[in-house]
Amino acid sequence: MLALSGLRKRFGATVALDGVDVNLAPGEVHALIGENGAGKSTLLNVIAGALAPDAGTMQVNGAPYAPTSPLAARHAGVALIHQELSLCPHLTVAENVLMGLEPAHGGWLDRAAMRREALRLLESFSHPDLAPDRLVGTLPIAARQVVEILRAVAAKASIVLMDEPTSSLPREDVTRLFALIRRLKASGVTIVYISHFLEEVREIADRFTVLRDGRSVASGALAEVTNDALIAQMVGRPVDALFPDRAPAPGEEILVEVVDVAAPPALRKAAFRLRRGEILGVAGLVGSGRTETIRALMGLEPAESGEVRVHGRRLARTASPARRLAAGLGYLSEDRKGEGLALNLSLADNITCTRYRACSTRGWLRRGAQRDQTKTWLDVLAVKARSPWQAARTLSGGNQQKVALARLLHQDADVLLLDEPTKGIDIGSKVEIYRAIVERASRGAGVVMVSSYLPELFGVCHSLAVMCRGRLTPVRPIHDWTPESVMEAAIGG
Amino acid sequence: MAGETGGSRYGRLLVSLAPLIGLLLVVGIFALMSDAPDQYLSVRNLRIVLAQTVIVALGAIGMTMIIVSGGIDLSVGSSIALTGVVTAVLLRDNYSPMAAIAAGVVMGGAVGILNGLAITTLKVLPFIATLGMLGVARGAAKWLGDQQTVNVPATWVNELAVTFPSPSWLLVAPGVWLTLMLAIVMTVVLLRTVFGRRVFAIGSNEAAARACGVATDRIKVAIYGLAGLFFGLSGVMQMSRLRQGDPTVAIGTELDIIAAVVIGGGSLAGGEGTIAGAMVGALTMAFLRNGTQQMGWPNYIQEIIIGVIIVLAVAADRVRRSRAGV
Repeated sequence: MLALSGLRKRFGATVALDGVDVNLAPGEVHALIGENGAGKSTLLNVIAGALAPDAGTMQVNGAPYAPTSPLAARHAGVALIHQELSLCPHLTVAENVLMGLEPAHGGWLDRAAMRREALRLLESFSHPDLAPDRLVGTLPIAARQVVEILRAVAAKASIVLMDEPTSSLPREDVTRLFALIRRLKASGVTIVYISHFLEEVREIADRFTVLRDGRSVASGALAEVTNDALIAQMVGRPVDALFPDRAPAPGEEILVEVVDVAAPPALRKAAFRLRRGEILGVAGLVGSGRTETIRALMGLEPAESGEVRVHGRRLARTASPARRLAAGLGYLSEDRKGEGLALNLSLADNITCTRYRACSTRGWLRRGAQRDQTKTWLDVLAVKARSPWQAARTLSGGNQQKVALARLLHQDADVLLLDEPTKGIDIGSKVEIYRAIVERASRGAGVVMVSSYLPELFGVCHSLAVMCRGRLTPVRPIHDWTPESVMEAAIGG
Repeated sequence: MAGETGGSRYGRLLVSLAPLIGLLLVVGIFALMSDAPDQYLSVRNLRIVLAQTVIVALGAIGMTMIIVSGGIDLSVGSSIALTGVVTAVLLRDNYSPMAAIAAGVVMGGAVGILNGLAITTLKVLPFIATLGMLGVARGAAKWLGDQQTVNVPATWVNELAVTFPSPSWLLVAPGVWLTLMLAIVMTVVLLRTVFGRRVFAIGSNEAAARACGVATDRIKVAIYGLAGLFFGLSGVMQMSRLRQGDPTVAIGTELDIIAAVVIGGGSLAGGEGTIAGAMVGALTMAFLRNGTQQMGWPNYIQEIIIGVIIVLAVAADRVRRSRAGV
């Protein structure tokens, strides 16, 4: 179906692909796994015609395949579903799904046919929020992802490339997506599937290829390998323990007290106390109000009622994020590209911007100090970077996330509010981030960690609460929870 | 969910009617302040305002397309001067009025295509590319006009944008009817053709459109070229009103045109904007100008008021949108 051999691609001095060989059978779901920066996204872009390889060949159905543009790839039956959603918010669901394939007569849109076609596609993936005439800009994230997947279905692609399609989907949508993938598969469509969740990969994929440092280092049937063996191939060394030793038990001192904070409609009620040295996990479904809780604490979402005390001092409800930051709160956004980092600015500016005081005198930046402090953090978190002055944009996702966390560490925040700190990043980076979080907590910081990945909550947290439809359950010690009881609380059972 | 969709549809309707409400407010306030409201609201004055609006309104049709696609064109004022001079030179040299008009319009299209090519092939931001063209087109106009105004013989071209048309059953100048007709045609094109939806798609998320196989570069050239035809027609109207080709005319007109689109709900971030809104925006500014003149206020007051109105209109638009959740 699709055969790749000896693909190579370099960007300046960076080698992104260094010999990739993959063979796909019709009707196969093939998992492409590897750490971030291993070259998976570059490979998908090469297959999808967005990048031309420097060397190597591709074949589709035995015929040479060398797309010169995404359009050419689309004509050859190859569709890429992007990791970063690529939809037009001002257009309707139907217009987005059928973009590039609009039914038309001599340039005039056939609106009725468009609606009909969109409805037919939507039927196969019934989602409550999706109506053909709804503007995509008004849809929740999960529904937008569905629109993007339907676009590939609409193009009648024979090879569908999915780059982390589930990273922002709640579980019930993942189930729907998998049902759709199985149906595509049954009709002979080949699917290349990238995901960081090995459990998920096992659920949906038949075979796998591991990429490491731009090379395909292993492939085979998923049924025949263990997770440990896969992880070892991905990182190039065995991973003994994903999680560091737990931070020491928290002290008595209350760092943050949250009393019945509400920011309707997303957040109805949240109350908890965070002690010095405590790592508090917040589980729950995507869209349950977890992010809004964190944002309300940081003053990014207007709270309607309730009270937040930091170090025993009450924060005004309208206190600005800057004031909250000065009170000791530090915030890591789940939206790294949108609001987490200034991607065009240097690593040094990104890391030191919340506390320029440390590297400036009377408003004048001291470049040397800024560079040294940045270097220290880059070392602490093992960020793969050439220089403190390179733009954040040039790093891989995992390394960008480390930089975002480094900013909180540099800020020396007492309270770390972390929203999905390891979302969409590779295992090696996850390990570094867990280590840094635990280390901060053992030195006396309080941490609130929102996550969709239960193993990490169980791996590093002291205590846990679950968000369900805008309400936070009481906090209980981590040992009192099981994955099942968390899930039950999350779906409101 | 159904209620929510209905709510935002209602909200969208309110947002799209808002520019019209603003226009009525402007007219109403001046009518109340005027010593002679019946004069301000007279058919005669309405004709004056409409005839004055034609140049900006035609430009705003083209500019709406450009702004919806996420672009901008700063060269319109110069393009109006250049196309006006081209038309005048041909009329002076005794070409037929139709040929002269066609040459002016085509020249506008050519300037637009050059803008589009600079943006797509040289990868220059629209702001910069058209800023460059602002100088080039103005210079070309002066060169072509030998640094002077070009006088034209009396032809029907001079009657295109007059206040009192003949025959009188036309009620308003032929240029006004032409503008109205073109506004309707282009509204349909933007809403009901593949090209029109591509314009919105590019402004909404260019990367997504490209990934879907939309030939974004070609469409951008087409957008600037098509908009250029409208700027060319604006230039013809400008020449018609002055009854001469003046290479120094219309300095800063592009800003009036951009303001009309923005007052009418267009977003400089792309993806939003309607031609109907832009027409209302153009009328709002024309009524403001006319109103301040009728009141006998000095020109500088008029400039200050229009400046403030532009900012307030856009600010009010933002507030309404966030309330309506659209």
